[in-house]
Amino acid sequence: MAKPKLKEHIINSEWCKGCGICVHFCPKNVLEMDDEDSALAARPTDCICCKLCEIRCPDLAIEVILEKETE
Amino acid sequence: MNENIKFVQGNEACVEGALFAGLDFFAGYPITPSTEIAELLSIRLPQRGGKFIQMEDEIASMCAIIGASLTGSKVMTATSGPGFSLMQEALGYAIMAEIPCVIVNVQRGGPSTGIPTRVSQGDVNQARWGTHGDHAIVAITASNHQDVFETTVEAFNISETYRTPVILLYDEVIGHMRERLIVPKEGEVPSVKRLKTSVREGVDYHPYLPREDGRLPMSDFGGVHRYNVTGLFHDMWGFPSDNPKVVHDLLRHLVDKIHNNVNQITKYKSYYLDDAECILISYGSAARSALHVVDYLRPRGEKIGLLELQTLWPFPHSLISEKCRKAKYVIVVEMNMGQILKEVRIAVEEPEKIFLANRIDGVFITPMDIRNIMRLIQGKGV
Amino acid sequence: MAIKDYLRERFFPHLWCSGCGHGIVLNSLLRALADLGMSKNEIVMVSGIGCSSRISGYVDFHTLHTIHGRALAFATGVKLSRPELNLLVPMGDGDALAIGGNHFIHAARRNIDLTAIVMNNRIYGMTGGQYSPLSGQGIMATTAPYSNIDYDFDTVELAKAAGATFVARSTTYHTQQMTKMFRQAILHEGFAMVEILSQCPTYFGRKNRAGSAIDMMESYKENTTPIGSKSKMENPDLIERGIFVQKEVPEYCNEYDKIIEKAMKGR
Ligand SMILES: Cc1ncc(C[n+]2csc(CCOP(=O)(O)OP(=O)(O)O)c2C)c(N)n1
Ligand code: SF4
Repeated sequence: MAKPKLKEHIINSEWCKGCGICVHFCPKNVLEMDDEDSALAARPTDCICCKLCEIRCPDLAIEVILEKETE
Repeated sequence: MNENIKFVQGNEACVEGALFAGLDFFAGYPITPSTEIAELLSIRLPQRGGKFIQMEDEIASMCAIIGASLTGSKVMTATSGPGFSLMQEALGYAIMAEIPCVIVNVQRGGPSTGIPTRVSQGDVNQARWGTHGDHAIVAITASNHQDVFETTVEAFNISETYRTPVILLYDEVIGHMRERLIVPKEGEVPSVKRLKTSVREGVDYHPYLPREDGRLPMSDFGGVHRYNVTGLFHDMWGFPSDNPKVVHDLLRHLVDKIHNNVNQITKYKSYYLDDAECILISYGSAARSALHVVDYLRPRGEKIGLLELQTLWPFPHSLISEKCRKAKYVIVVEMNMGQILKEVRIAVEEPEKIFLANRIDGVFITPMDIRNIMRLIQGKGV
Repeated sequence: MAIKDYLRERFFPHLWCSGCGHGIVLNSLLRALADLGMSKNEIVMVSGIGCSSRISGYVDFHTLHTIHGRALAFATGVKLSRPELNLLVPMGDGDALAIGGNHFIHAARRNIDLTAIVMNNRIYGMTGGQYSPLSGQGIMATTAPYSNIDYDFDTVELAKAAGATFVARSTTYHTQQMTKMFRQAILHEGFAMVEILSQCPTYFGRKNRAGSAIDMMESYKENTTPIGSKSKMENPDLIERGIFVQKEVPEYCNEYDKIIEKAMKGR
């Protein structure tokens, strides 16, 4: 089984209320708050696809999209 | 013997009426003088696959029947004054969310625990204004067991037709007295079925958009249409809204759907009104004594008649005004301090000809009580 | 099913404050439903009144937003008349245990098959920060300006004592545990109660200098521990997380079906 590989973070800035929970709890420090206090995936290459940001987001604003898994 | 002829308490007549109307679900909490309704339904409902539950209080009972009604069940609860007080918030919810349900209040004396085993008609105004906010309400009553049966069926019919809670305002004497009841055969008394939506799966269903005739077809919870039900002001999808027009229009709709149909909803009985100089207006068990007075005095040459109200709310003001136009005296007979009297005063052009014959001591008002009061009114002395 | 498919997206962004734990509860709950592959038509969500209770507006199920404290009573009516439906009953701590406390213990006692979720933020959010029966002593609230003298309930102990047949607790920090608990609670046949410690940064946080939503979630990590852990023995003040009760007891609607059978035979 190949490791899951990140395609992209989809962050809905309309829904994001800027609480910073995703930024704080990301184990790899992938996310940042942008100038408008909305989350932003600043270092996507560091992402280990744990999806903790997606799961903990109180605004349901984050989706971590994976590449189709290839054998 | 015809098995359809029974010798029963009024509470039992109410149960027979409810079952005839298709009752599926009852939730209640015991309280004198309504308890027999719960007891009987705990026997009868499961015999036909229906559900009975004794809840932890009357608030829960009222909430449970609303929940059950949403799934397509015909529902009822029964109580007396203290329990009726507890139901008021959820009653308002049923009005706002337009959920059919029937609430029986077998009245006893209040306020508070009052006089549990004695009669009163003191909850007439509570039925009207017990829950908060502007609203319309339907409350109906009856004076004998055949009428209790039919009125109970009628309560379900009105509730389904207008999607509104209906209050059955009986009293202790009616609830506990025994007399004959002939249970009609299926179809002999009309019974209104729940109007279900014909909107198919996948097509946009508007749970709160009335049809042209004002009726709101329903979709059962658990069915193919998912929607929101709330006690907040809401739009045609059932979602909360504070848009002033939405708020205004919904409140108007809730009130108008009842008040514009007063004539269809109103039921009454009249005895010798055409030439009556003295008109008694009464309802519930008090109307039995009033009728007795009329039956006694008519053959003795008195031009007396009785207007027996079955619909108390919405109050039939124009009916009263028309019937009482030519009368010299109008005497309201009731077992409270004049709750219907006030409405009659509003309806009748010459309020000075209106009098009250009442008792408020827990004792049933007798024909003699009424005649004594009539003599006083007519200046004849007791 | 993707969790977005369970949402009524047109009402987003939702009305909860930034960092409010209630959104995390919603998030985890939808994941549990997706994991179970539940279809929207088989779910009825019944809520009361409060910030927490607004959750029912956001999900595309049969949703019944009722009155303060009475959600379980409404849900009992729905469930008993249509036992095949799955009932989710999210409530605030005030909703479930102050005004609704009586319905809470009686629904538990009957063991009627519902999933009750107590979103416990130890404060009345919707009305602006008054103390709740779960605030506890020493808490500041708009109605406890000199600090609260009321003792609090332990929701888990209360549910256990009332006869709940599935009792669990987690927090918004422990989202994976929460999701798993929701799955188990939904599959459980009988009354299931899941308490989730959920932060209200706006009122509880500010009044009690508990910091931001992040700080409050960190404190859930620090102040809780798995049931029966060693650290609990060393520090009895830690709040236990996990499944406290999970037992099979005849369920109310099934028992009523037997009553129907009996009644029909007796005729
Ligand atoms: C009968 C009644 N009493 C009081 C209120 C006002 N009220 C609305 S929500 C609420 C408490 C909310 O607190 P909680 O249930 O803990 O939920 P939260 O908002 O914190 O999520 C109160 C007291 C009401 N709506 N109805
Ligand atoms: S007031 Fe508290 S409970 Fe309510 S939405 Fe805001 S953070 Fe959440």
